[in-house]
Amino acid sequence: MKKIESVLIKIKIQNSDFDVSKETKQLNINKPGAIVNFIGIVRGIDDKTHEKIYSMTLEHYPGMTEAEIETILRDASKRWKISAITVIHRVGKLFSSDQIVFVGVASKHRQNAFDACNYIMDWLKNKAPFWKIEESSKEKKWVKFNVSDDDALKKWTEGK
Amino acid sequence: MIIKYFSWIREHVGKSEEEINLPESVITIDDLINYLISVNEVYKIAFLKRDLIKIAVNKSYSSAGTKINDKDEIAFFPPVTGG
Repeated sequence: MKKIESVLIKIKIQNSDFDVSKETKQLNINKPGAIVNFIGIVRGIDDKTHEKIYSMTLEHYPGMTEAEIETILRDASKRWKISAITVIHRVGKLFSSDQIVFVGVASKHRQNAFDACNYIMDWLKNKAPFWKIEESSKEKKWVKFNVSDDDALKKWTEGK
Repeated sequence: MIIKYFSWIREHVGKSEEEINLPESVITIDDLINYLISVNEVYKIAFLKRDLIKIAVNKSYSSAGTKINDKDEIAFFPPVTGG
């Protein structure tokens, strides 16, 4: 963990799975009043085609990924009073129901933790250089960027 | 100069990375794309949806008008789909 704006930060890009209770314990330092965790899971069914998804393979741009996430965490740390943040994103081949991403935020009060966690996920979806290829029984295809992810940013930028 | 390609752009180009000597005529990223397209047909296909493609210079988001030099690391990739 390193410190940015007095916030303890951990960013990990890894093939292996993560242990949510272990990560939560690590966030439980400096006496926070609240910890909010978000865990992204590989969906087993395609939202649009309703096809069964067999696997999902993720690639990323090493170096840039960590830098982009760090920028997001820096911005979140300026916006809310937070004591610690952990972001873990898995890459490689994953299967239905696998954990894919973890965002944990510790803060004195729950609202800051909820908002910062939401903010970090919204920006990560739009900026962190990851790409997914989905394999169903019929085909293997690159996942298309979801416009609703772009719209999600409006709540953080409008009126600013 | 090192150029990196990701996702379906990498598949079209047929490689994840390459090193090229920058011709003098190339000043901006836009010039670089035009140059690549002029060299080989595969780039024409890779850059077909040119306006959609994201650009990074030295691992930081950039745009087509950005001036580049031989020491830069350029990356081309589609909109991101992590999370």
